[in-house]
Amino acid sequence: MSIPAIEIQGVSKAFRRREREAGAPWWRRDWKDKVALHELDLIVQPGGVTGILGPNGSGKSTLIRILGTLLTPDTGTARVFGWDVVKEALQVRRHVNRVSVEAAFFKELSPWENMVYAARLYGSAGSGTRRRVVEILELLGLPLDVIDQPMKQLSRGQQQKVAIARSFLTAPSLLLMDEPTTGLDPRSKKEVQTVLETLRAEREITVLVCTHDMNEAEALCERVLMMDGGRVLADGRPAELCRIHGGATLEGVFMHLTGKTLEAEEPEEVAP
Amino acid sequence: MTVTVRHSEMGALLGFAERQLYVYKRYWVWEVVWLFYSVVSVLSIGFLASGLGTLGAGGESFDLRKAQLYLLVGALLWGYLSLVFMEAAYAIAWERWEGTIEYTFMAPVRRMTHLMGICLFAIGYGLARTFIVLLVAVAIFNIDFSHANVAGALLVLAASIVPLIGLAILTSVLPLLSPQKGEQMSFAVQGFMLLVSGVYYPLSVLPMPLQVAGAASPLTYALSGMRRSLLEGAGVGDQLPTVGILLAMGAALIPAGILVFSWAERRAKRLGLLKRSG
Ligand SMILES: Nc1ncnc2c1ncn2[C@@H]1O[C@H](COP(=O)(O)OP(=O)(O)O)[C@@H](O)[C@H]1O
Ligand SMILES: [Mg+2]
Repeated sequence: MSIPAIEIQGVSKAFRRREREAGAPWWRRDWKDKVALHELDLIVQPGGVTGILGPNGSGKSTLIRILGTLLTPDTGTARVFGWDVVKEALQVRRHVNRVSVEAAFFKELSPWENMVYAARLYGSAGSGTRRRVVEILELLGLPLDVIDQPMKQLSRGQQQKVAIARSFLTAPSLLLMDEPTTGLDPRSKKEVQTVLETLRAEREITVLVCTHDMNEAEALCERVLMMDGGRVLADGRPAELCRIHGGATLEGVFMHLTGKTLEAEEPEEVAP
Repeated sequence: MTVTVRHSEMGALLGFAERQLYVYKRYWVWEVVWLFYSVVSVLSIGFLASGLGTLGAGGESFDLRKAQLYLLVGALLWGYLSLVFMEAAYAIAWERWEGTIEYTFMAPVRRMTHLMGICLFAIGYGLARTFIVLLVAVAIFNIDFSHANVAGALLVLAASIVPLIGLAILTSVLPLLSPQKGEQMSFAVQGFMLLVSGVYYPLSVLPMPLQVAGAASPLTYALSGMRRSLLEGAGVGDQLPTVGILLAMGAALIPAGILVFSWAERRAKRLGLLKRSG
């Protein structure tokens, strides 16, 4: 059998924060552990789109960050194509790219300048870079006149498409997408989803996509993990999950499992 | 295999420099303003020296032109050093603001390459800008370099790059250690360097504890070495001990900087201190 794209064993993660008890004086702040991810095991075979569904604060981004070598797990091991995310981080980084909720760009620079930077970091820059960038942007339906404008002048949807284009440019084997369509208008959302569908059909690249949009997950993912409070509650094909848990839609399954709707947010204070 | 790896590390090094260039291009108005400001601050130090005579400084042994050159060298070099500091120290802090820090840290690039890319660019840029200021200062103050040994001065300048890289890496760690207070700390460190490194005065005027701190600062040796060449004509041979000290300090500071940085990076990944969102 081939090496799994993702192999997670007993990974957990908690964050320590200093917090003030309600009513305590302002100088009294105690350390508190906030568990973002309870012990987790997961294997994802190469190819295809796997979805992680869960409300805000359920630990989706934490999982993505661990796979992207941006966070070290407290316990357990995580491997990407057989490489350990802590001990062989550099190897992992060669094969992974992340598209995150907010497009991480130098906002004063143009899409082109941002993409050249990416190509250089990933060692894929060359004389054909400009042509490839144009090709990918066209594929994503981005008007070509934005390519040399500062990023900050682009709409959210356009920025998100540039983010996806940038990840294609570096040719990752594992693409981590953290809520790629959150906050997009319906049309951009549709376009991004079409791109994901193409990816799913090609199967050359393994995609892990986080979302709290149940319909999106249903339409795009061949496998769905439902998360809540840092735990995986369900794992399977969308249709399968509906059958087992007796829901007409994934939304219904989630309700059945947690008694909550997806829109309900975990109480969370934003770190400064 | 190793060849391609090294090739892409070089590409990444270039990538960091190129990114900075693009940024400066966008912010060119600011760059012009900063340059203007550097010129003004060096000129005002020069004029301050010109005015010392009328303020009653003087006596037989007072050599106004020498005092002026002494101060100008200090002002020019400090302009260069503080610029490199700022650029390197802010490289991390700035990526945090921009929200790109996770992207950059996720790239398949050795941290060493990343830090070197930032520092080398900062140094190149600092030298270029200081050279322009120098030209203006020379034109306005008719600086007399007849006693100067330019080769000696350049040698010290080149050697000072090595410990400077180490210092710059060490300061750039601060924003990684504390997202909230790191940048302020970088400022404080820079200010302290200005105080103890003998930028505008000989160390001997400082209280003893500050003199000790000054003796530990590589900038002290860079400044005094440059002055000896520019004011007293110390040649390449005379500068070898200074060069030795600078290189030795660099040999300690660069590995220390990289070690501290990778420790800070591991810590940040454990505690979740890289910028978080979503
Ligand atoms: N860097 C961090 N520092 C402190 N707490 C964090 C950090 N990242 C995530 N958390 C906490 O961990 C929990 C899970 O967060 P996250 O993985 O971002 O959830 P999701 O992406 O599903 O919304 C939340 O309670 C969040 O506040
Ligand atoms: Mg998230």
